[in-house]
Amino acid sequence: MSFLHNYIYYIGAFGLIFIGLFIMAVKRNYIKIIIGLSILETGVNLFLISIGYIKNGTAPIFSNAGIAAENMVDPVPQALVLTAIVIGLAVMGLALSLAIGLYKHYGTLNLIKIKEQKW
Amino acid sequence: MRKLSIIIVLIIIGWGIITSLQKIPFGSSRAKLADHYINEGKEETGAANIVTAVVVSYRSLDTLGEVTVLFLATIGLGAVLATIKRKSERESEKASLILSTGCKLLFPLILLFGAYIFIHGHLTPGGGFQGGAVIASAFVLMYLGCHEEKRINETGSILSESLGGLVFLSIGLIGLAIGTGYFLNNFLPKGEFNTLLSGGIIPIIYIAIGFKVGAELSKIIDLLMEES
Amino acid sequence: MIIIVTLLVIAMLASAISAYIFKDLLSAVIASCMVSLIAAVLFFLLHAPDVAMAEASIGAALVTAVFVIAIRRTKRYEE
Repeated sequence: MSFLHNYIYYIGAFGLIFIGLFIMAVKRNYIKIIIGLSILETGVNLFLISIGYIKNGTAPIFSNAGIAAENMVDPVPQALVLTAIVIGLAVMGLALSLAIGLYKHYGTLNLIKIKEQKW
Repeated sequence: MRKLSIIIVLIIIGWGIITSLQKIPFGSSRAKLADHYINEGKEETGAANIVTAVVVSYRSLDTLGEVTVLFLATIGLGAVLATIKRKSERESEKASLILSTGCKLLFPLILLFGAYIFIHGHLTPGGGFQGGAVIASAFVLMYLGCHEEKRINETGSILSESLGGLVFLSIGLIGLAIGTGYFLNNFLPKGEFNTLLSGGIIPIIYIAIGFKVGAELSKIIDLLMEES
Repeated sequence: MIIIVTLLVIAMLASAISAYIFKDLLSAVIASCMVSLIAAVLFFLLHAPDVAMAEASIGAALVTAVFVIAIRRTKRYEE
């Protein structure tokens, strides 16, 4: 039981990273690879937030001026992950516009068939 | 065969990660930088939300870089999709009266909620990026509900995006000119704690970021759903 | 408390595996939207309300909308 208390968030984050890497390496369809990229990014963000956690901590917001400042969790990884989530959306938008361009040019989204049509 | 070799590579990577994760215990003491931000952040910036103080005041150059990356991604998406003509072969029927009236009724309420989120960014959880995403989802609702009738106003979208970026940059350059003289200095008076007009330049920057991100994300949806 | 977190992590990993298995691309996108939603709940349980709000509004709503619009303009079934 103490194993679960210490490691459950790490197991979740690394499970997502492994499943995302496996989808990106094995599948042939272009949109399936982009879905694997989105799962991979969610796993990395979960890992970054779970590093900054303090046991029995509170959120880093002073709701009234008298809240004790000893037990707050780390605010620096939260600022970095906020940036990372927005940039993940920008990368997805650009990748899917390239998918629309590929479908119009080749007629299929299977990467093995696109590589064979070289001439 | 290919799947088996990929699984073996992932197991080797997993073993390497597990042996190095023994050094990071879960939920132990805080780093010294976080101690400085939490203990002195209240007096130095005047904002009640410490994550907002870190994003806008202590590390505002990273936020400027992120706004630039979002702008570049929108430009790239427009450039790739400009060469593709859409064959308008799908006929779509007009939406019924109940659906279009309901969407027009809900649209200003969702915009008001998004504006509330980015105006109160330094007092409650929230801020410019979350408020901009809520505003973009209001425009997605209009595109799904009243499909043939209304489009996004081009002039309003271009104006709000450009003015948001220019306000952010000009406040940074004003901070360089006066005060102690470094870029994006917090030069306005701090004000009373936990009220709306506190925190120096933090509410002004978050309002500019909210307008800019909202206009950009709804432009992405508009470019993808374009009718040729 | 720890039982709830364990059940949520198991549901998240099951949705990610089913995004690998489905052949219909629309069902795979809905499975990845569920991964984002459960991740938003886990962010809230780790005392990070800013990040939970950003993940729920950007990761679960806007990324899924962009995927569905792109699938509508290309093929629906993976071959």
